[in-house]
Amino acid sequence: MSTNNDYYIPHKATWPVIGTGGLLMMLAGFANYLNGSSAGTAWMGLGLAVFIIMLAGWFTLQAGESESGMYSTQVGISYRMGMMWFIFSEIMFFAVFFGALWYTRNLSVPWLGGEGTKAATKELLWPAFEAVWPTNGPGKVGGNFESMGAWGLPFLNTLILLTSGVSCTWAHHGLLAKNRDQLIKGLAVTVGLGLLFVAFQASEYHEAYTEMGLTLGSGIYGSTFFMLTGFHGFHVCVGAIILSVVLFRSWKGHFQPENHFAFEAAAWYWHFVDVVWLGLFIFVYVI
Amino acid sequence: MSAVVAEHDDHHDHGPAKGLLRWVITTNHKDIGTLYLLFALAMFFVGGAMAMVIRAELFEPGMQFVNPQFFNSMTTMHALVMVFGAVMPAFVGLANWMIPMMIGAPDMALPRMNNMSFWLLVAGVLLLASTLFMEGGAPASGWTLYPPLVLQTGKALPFAIFSVHLLGISSIMGAINIIATIFNMRAPGMTLMKMPMFVWTWLITAFLLIAIMPVFAGAVTMLLTDKFFATSFFDAAGGGDPVLYQHIFWFFGHPEVYVMILPTFGVASTIIPVFARKPLFGYSSMVHATAAIAFLSFIVWAHHMFTVGMPIAGELYFMYATMLIAIPTGVKVFNWTATMWKGSMTFETPMLFSIAFVVLFTMGGFTGLMMSVAPADFQYHDTYFIVAHFHYTLVPASIFILMAAGYFWLPKWTGHMYDERIGKLHFWLSVISVNVLFFPQHFLGLAGMPRRIPDYAVQFADWNMISSIGGFIFGASQLLFLYIVIHTIKGGTGEKVTSEVWEDAAKHSLEWTLPSPPPYHTFTTPPTVIPTEHI
Repeated sequence: MSTNNDYYIPHKATWPVIGTGGLLMMLAGFANYLNGSSAGTAWMGLGLAVFIIMLAGWFTLQAGESESGMYSTQVGISYRMGMMWFIFSEIMFFAVFFGALWYTRNLSVPWLGGEGTKAATKELLWPAFEAVWPTNGPGKVGGNFESMGAWGLPFLNTLILLTSGVSCTWAHHGLLAKNRDQLIKGLAVTVGLGLLFVAFQASEYHEAYTEMGLTLGSGIYGSTFFMLTGFHGFHVCVGAIILSVVLFRSWKGHFQPENHFAFEAAAWYWHFVDVVWLGLFIFVYVI
Repeated sequence: MSAVVAEHDDHHDHGPAKGLLRWVITTNHKDIGTLYLLFALAMFFVGGAMAMVIRAELFEPGMQFVNPQFFNSMTTMHALVMVFGAVMPAFVGLANWMIPMMIGAPDMALPRMNNMSFWLLVAGVLLLASTLFMEGGAPASGWTLYPPLVLQTGKALPFAIFSVHLLGISSIMGAINIIATIFNMRAPGMTLMKMPMFVWTWLITAFLLIAIMPVFAGAVTMLLTDKFFATSFFDAAGGGDPVLYQHIFWFFGHPEVYVMILPTFGVASTIIPVFARKPLFGYSSMVHATAAIAFLSFIVWAHHMFTVGMPIAGELYFMYATMLIAIPTGVKVFNWTATMWKGSMTFETPMLFSIAFVVLFTMGGFTGLMMSVAPADFQYHDTYFIVAHFHYTLVPASIFILMAAGYFWLPKWTGHMYDERIGKLHFWLSVISVNVLFFPQHFLGLAGMPRRIPDYAVQFADWNMISSIGGFIFGASQLLFLYIVIHTIKGGTGEKVTSEVWEDAAKHSLEWTLPSPPPYHTFTTPPTVIPTEHI
């Protein structure tokens, strides 16, 4: 509940409408590109540039306002609630793809193999199909492929992300103890581990495409594998960018033990990405 | 960009920007609320025009005006425009205007994001509307966008999908803002269980939105990759399943229809006590019933899919779970009736629309209960019975309550009184024609007329013609509302309205303690007295 009457209300915001324009150009351009129009990519690039300028401008503005002490505790709570529920919406987005994986592995693929009341389906449509996982379906969509093992790079990546969670928390302790050196080192290590994760993931993708015959088009296994790990990898990149900005701001001397919402939000986001990976490691790679 | 610390730097606390730019860069909850409401009203007429095309084509058997492809585009676009362009934005507009004033807050919690929510909505609707002019036409698969049919859409497909993404981001931002506002910005003394019902229903709706919009975004993303990037989510040959899409869609879609009805309940619970001159009957049971309906909405989705070929245990589970919803909904209808019981009622236009809502929504609820019975639904599925059902829960429910809200709060927003005579005329024309329009569709459905078909057997001719006549009258009647809105903004009856507008309204809710129209910034200091008459 509101306890003070100096709530900060910004006026005349120009970044939101600029960002909206950027997004609109980017998506309209992408749609045109998918439809085979040659102008599509140019619009996408332009839209992306506008969007990035918007992000830089808007966050610079917010950081400046925060550092000049314009935000009360109450504003900080609003921001924290905003970040919390944003992460919840992201969890729901990943839940869809986990749900699709669950549904195909436990329901639709066994049904195609004749489980339950679907014996006739199998006999009449695809008598030769055996319901095993991984599969690219009765149509062998995408041709032969190998599935991705869990205990090589993916396991290493698990350790990397878990370690990065620890280093992120270590940096937070440094911030709270006003230990600038620990804060910056901890963040740098976290960003570095994040980039290492992305590099390993990229090499895994490269191997999948060039040596294992495993692509996005490898039936339902390829679809779920690449969509889940791909969206996760994208989120790791975004998280690493956010942490880099926080690192830059820490180096500039921003953040106090009692006022560091940006750091907290970045850390929450990073832990969220971490937890999603644990789910991926178990449900996509191990099981 | 400038910024203000309200109260401390009053000389910096300027009003809105000059000229049209004011509306583009505004962060003021009243400005943004107005933008949402006007945009929704415009889309109501765009979507309504599409409905007129549908009813004109169905006026008699045979092909009249449009080809089947365009007819199906019209049913699809009518639904998408009405749901995402009209009803949802109208309620977000009401939330923007009313929630800060009702809880005694100076503005929304995240004003810049509020601006972006609105403009993303416009961008999303622009992308959607652009598909009407594309090679292959607008999407014609129905608003559910089921594969594999929707994958046959022409150039419009990626535009429609990205439109859903933008509308989703817009809704999530709006919902996050509403949650942060309600949890963090209430005036001292405004405890959760003293909040007006409208605020409560929006709080719960906001949680629904954050949970479901990403789900819809995920579903259409899979459509996009299935079409353009060779994935097999909805293709059995690759091990996927088109039914998977239906499960994901309705996991979104069922809570989505409650996104449109819960704020409706909230407005009804706000208006009825004022004109019955009694406190709302069973305030806390209303709160709990709303939460119960929201929870149940997540575990009933497959009742939209009874005929798709689910295991029998699934049919039974979804049947009984769906029936449970009738209990909290019944609590609500009972409470509205009990609120009116022995009240000193008067029947101004907002109250008339609200009473019509209670009666007609209940009818829509009952047909819903009929369809929850899985074996019976095998008969009703995909017929005009379901069309009649959900239009009863949307038009004489959500739309009527939006009209009621307009009449109820227009004097507060503008400081002018609307013309009660024309308001009543609008009501009576609407309430009669809406029943002429939709009631016969029950008969058509029970007799087996399929939905989303531009032509039909001659046995359905009579009721279709009656339904179309009702539709034309209903459509034309809404022009009266447009007239009233413009007329009221421009000065209305000329009568000076008080801050309370309606008798003793200030005892129910804080917005009636403010002048009409309220100043650009309100509650820069929190109010000290919290009204409790509504409880």
